[in-house]
Amino acid sequence: MIPAAFDYVRAGSAAEAIQLIGQYGDEAKFLAGGHSLVPAMKLRLAQPTVLVDIGRVSDLSYIRDGGDHIAIGALTRHMDVEKSPVLAEHVPLLAHAAGHVGDPQVRHRGTIGGSLAHADPASDLPATTLALGATYVAEGPNGTREIAAADFYQGYFTSALAPDEMLTEIRVPKMGGAGWSFQKFNRRAQDWAIVGVAAWQRGSECGVGLVNMASTPVLASSVAAAIAGGASAADAAEAAAAEADPQADLNASVEYRVHLAKVLTRRALQAAAG
Amino acid sequence: MTMTDDTTGVLGQRLLRREDPALLTGEARYTSDLPIPGALHLAVLRSPYARARILSVDTSAAAAMPGVTAVFSGADLADAWAGPMPCAWPVTEDMKSPTHYPLAVGQANYVGDGVACVLATSATAARDALDAIEVEYEPLEAVIDLEDALSDRVVIHDEIGTNRSYTWDLKIEESEGQVDRAFADAAYSVKARYIQQRLIPAAMEPRAVAAIPQPFGGDMTLYSATQVPHILKVMTALTLGIPEHQLRVVAPAVGGGFGSKLNVYAEELLCVALAKRTGSPVRWTETRSEGNQATIHGRGQIQDIELAADSDGRLTAVRVRLIGDMGAYLQLVTPGVPLLGAFLYAGVYELPKAYDFSCTSVFTNMTPTDAYRGAGRPEATYAIERAMDTLAAEIGIDPLELRRRNFIPTEAYPYEAMTGLVYDSGDHDRAATLAAEMIDYAGVRARQESQNVPGAAKRLGIGVSTYFEMCGLAPSRVLASLNYGAGGWEAATVRVLPTNKIQVVTGTAPHGQGHETAWSMIVAEKMGVSPDDVDVLHSDTAIAPLGLDTYGSRSLSVGGVAIAMACDKVIDKAKQIAAHQLEANPDDLEFSGGEFRVAGSPDRAMPLAAVAFEAFTAHNLPDGLEPNLEAHTTYDPPNFSWPFGTHMCLVEVDTETGEVDVLKYVAVDDCGNQVNPLIVDGQVHGGVVQGLAQALFEEAVYDADGNLQTSTLAEYLVPAASDVPAIETGHTITPSPTNQLGVKGIGEAGTIASTPAVINAIVDALSGLGVRDVPMPASPNTVWRAINEAQGGQQ
Amino acid sequence: MEITVTINGKSHTAEVEPRTLLVQFIREQVGLTGTNIGCDTSSCGACSVHVDGEAAKSCTLLAVQADGCSITTIEGMASADGTLHPMQQAFMENHGLQCGYCTPGMVMAATSLLAENPNPTEEEVRIGLEGNLCRCTGYHNIVQSVLACAKS
Repeated sequence: MIPAAFDYVRAGSAAEAIQLIGQYGDEAKFLAGGHSLVPAMKLRLAQPTVLVDIGRVSDLSYIRDGGDHIAIGALTRHMDVEKSPVLAEHVPLLAHAAGHVGDPQVRHRGTIGGSLAHADPASDLPATTLALGATYVAEGPNGTREIAAADFYQGYFTSALAPDEMLTEIRVPKMGGAGWSFQKFNRRAQDWAIVGVAAWQRGSECGVGLVNMASTPVLASSVAAAIAGGASAADAAEAAAAEADPQADLNASVEYRVHLAKVLTRRALQAAAG
Repeated sequence: MTMTDDTTGVLGQRLLRREDPALLTGEARYTSDLPIPGALHLAVLRSPYARARILSVDTSAAAAMPGVTAVFSGADLADAWAGPMPCAWPVTEDMKSPTHYPLAVGQANYVGDGVACVLATSATAARDALDAIEVEYEPLEAVIDLEDALSDRVVIHDEIGTNRSYTWDLKIEESEGQVDRAFADAAYSVKARYIQQRLIPAAMEPRAVAAIPQPFGGDMTLYSATQVPHILKVMTALTLGIPEHQLRVVAPAVGGGFGSKLNVYAEELLCVALAKRTGSPVRWTETRSEGNQATIHGRGQIQDIELAADSDGRLTAVRVRLIGDMGAYLQLVTPGVPLLGAFLYAGVYELPKAYDFSCTSVFTNMTPTDAYRGAGRPEATYAIERAMDTLAAEIGIDPLELRRRNFIPTEAYPYEAMTGLVYDSGDHDRAATLAAEMIDYAGVRARQESQNVPGAAKRLGIGVSTYFEMCGLAPSRVLASLNYGAGGWEAATVRVLPTNKIQVVTGTAPHGQGHETAWSMIVAEKMGVSPDDVDVLHSDTAIAPLGLDTYGSRSLSVGGVAIAMACDKVIDKAKQIAAHQLEANPDDLEFSGGEFRVAGSPDRAMPLAAVAFEAFTAHNLPDGLEPNLEAHTTYDPPNFSWPFGTHMCLVEVDTETGEVDVLKYVAVDDCGNQVNPLIVDGQVHGGVVQGLAQALFEEAVYDADGNLQTSTLAEYLVPAASDVPAIETGHTITPSPTNQLGVKGIGEAGTIASTPAVINAIVDALSGLGVRDVPMPASPNTVWRAINEAQGGQQ
Repeated sequence: MEITVTINGKSHTAEVEPRTLLVQFIREQVGLTGTNIGCDTSSCGACSVHVDGEAAKSCTLLAVQADGCSITTIEGMASADGTLHPMQQAFMENHGLQCGYCTPGMVMAATSLLAENPNPTEEEVRIGLEGNLCRCTGYHNIVQSVLACAKS
């Protein structure tokens, strides 16, 4: 219940945050909304010695129309993503998925950047932004760089971010009226998905992201290939787990996860096409 | 209602609860809310191993940390105890019970077993110091599986030489061999094994304790989030060798219990022992992940049940074999839990004297089990109600029809069951009929015909369960025959103050049940006053010194009745005073609406208020009569009370994913006369969802090494509002003839009835796919697997 | 470090350790014990308070994160004259509480829910309360309470 002691510094800007994290080194962590980090610290599963609070970097909370994409500041809260009219119009899948993160209290405080940088394969937004072909913008001591969502996730809670890099913006291509569906399957509404599927489809083009089907969020490329090749949703969904490598846990065996991924992918594609 | 005409019509009303404003505004104080200046904070270091020898405990580094007052190992505190931790229910003469101290000495026996503890000036300092205690363990093989435990392949406790705690038998036959003959002659018989998974009670308020010493007087006050302040007081005094009269136990606002606070815990004893040792107040508040390990678990049984029936489907014999999971040690009533179910394996059905029950209980390297809402009775009801569905399928008749054929007929009440227990009253057909109407049983059966076709994506199922809730524990003599270490009485004092306000002192210890409201209604009804004029005092042994607390749905049918009886005594005394004042014969006085009247002379009357003031001034009392209006009653009921009912559940099962959607839930409960239907419905709602949670969501999962995999509420799935259905309640009222209020209990009914109703519904939905049983909890994965297995591995 | 937090309209300036959780600050340093702690994984919602008008779990926020914020706890819901907040009144009238431990968090979550969705369906109420656990009521009367409050 009580975290181990740590030092706390507050950054006023992204640049200051990067300077501070560089100064304190490996044992320091960014604190955004804190809704992934603080619970781990309370159980002392995480014991950073310094927290760099970026929660007050107010110029990183925005949702802007970037022409072919929507740019979302990394510190934008889930609730603001969920309720954004801009996203509802251009990237409804992401707005909808954000409404399934945690519970309302979590969505009031948790941020999209915090969730993505945490790189939890069971979280809803990594797989969703992956399916949407998003690009993440990271800022580091040597400036900014863009990282494709497909290159970002490297393992359980491990991302392509360098220790002194900070996620600042998420750029999500506009869906251009594509059909979409977010299928979150869990036992309790507040929990992480046992398996989740985020999918969009426009004609023979589609994107399918899988939640909790490997050590990283999974882009189900084989499904997209099958759809591109003219397969039916049901046939394409049979390939849902081709890129996956799921683990068993208290809620699901490996076989069941694979089965669910297929069923939910089929349902998602059918809904997206419908 | 057996009450006479002195009613004001308060009983049976949906009176809002007087408890609520304090709880709704944050004014109520739970134990951890109490401001205690100068308190030291206790933290407990717990074994990370399910079974390990403790080779050494080095407390020096922890003791040197800032804010730390003292650090103790189990060995350091060996002289603090007059005896080991108590088990009050030695069910057999030769029951084995390993020695159990608040901190383990020599060997830790479950993950969470206390090994050392810290006292510090803040909770944070105490928590930090835990990480600095060096313990050298030698891990030993753990025993997790019940049948493995039974084999004694690995014996957990060397001192008792076996993992078997006891075997308890109950064989009832008209003539020897009747059970065997009944099975040999049966037209139909079924045999099934059910697993009652371990559950974590998870009362929303974690346990909390504060012990406040008066070093110079020797007195000690123990605040605890407990259901049982009175039992805790006796047991703490005995275990610590404290003179009982110098110990006061207070249960402030208590945030739920469900049996998990019906105990005497290590931390309660540690706080008192260390407060005594240091002279400072000592407090402790459990964290949830600590509580999941160190507060008792419920259920944990393997049940083998066999039913024999004649050609009409009427039961001719029942045979039950249980293995009970005691966990690592025996807590307060651990061994007795399976016995509470032993009397209910024939459900609400007529069974000849042909019953063969045997329970062997074993130790395992897991958290001790103990009473959890229903305690033995949900397990028994689950087994008979699941087996009845299996029997109905075997015979090929509707499960509701099979139940009707076996119901104890209404005219047979009071009914002496084959066990010798007498069921007070019942009308099972009426409850079943009402439930069937509410859920449109016939309509659902018709819908199933069209919906549950081969290849259906979603199949509809309806589940029935009927039950008895043996409660009101109970006549003390019957408890004696079960070797229970206490009685079953309850105490009450009713005191009319000079201004006609009434104080009630009860031995019950509410923790969410609304006793203050309900007891004030009983007194208002009896005394002809407003409930607002009645104050209810409880849960502090200095104010309510006598009592046996709140568990087993006993509070109303024992404690509430005791209050009514004390009211009668007060009225009798008041009548003498009124008669004296009115110059009438007491026998000629009638009492109603708060007024004594001379029969036949309505103008000669005296209100209770005037009598109360006369009793207080004592200026003009009858010769020999003591001043004041006050009476005390200790009531030992002549029988258990037997609430009953029928629950029905409608589900839709997604055959692709195994997901179960509860579409409708109907609960018809008969708890006799209802004091406050608002509270009755609330008890049913909560009970139903707790039982439904066992059916669908909850299980304390251990890995093969004895690590609890569900140590937080993120893994242990207590359902939320979005995960459960609305509950439709219906009631029949069949008063109990054994008490003047005609009441029975209601606290556990929902939990007892709902678990089998839900599973029966799921199996009913899937029966067309060949599914005959689904283990609990029926998670989507589990249901999907059951469908797959029934389909020969094909989807 | 020093923080200033407005709680129920009153400003509190205090020195806190960075690791102090907001709920600890509220309970132990400010002395408002109506906000309860029911778990350590942000699962139960018993600790829910309003931070700048929106429900948040005060066990998952550091006190330093709330520096400069305006907090409402259960103690700030009823009027000074003792009149219950309509949500508190609805819980009372619909028997939406038993042991009361989850209640402060439920009331705070429910008022936040209605602020965002003034006329929810039963389903929306149930989903809106997904972050709060109750062990006594089976949620039935909690849901009824929130619906009744929305109607009134």
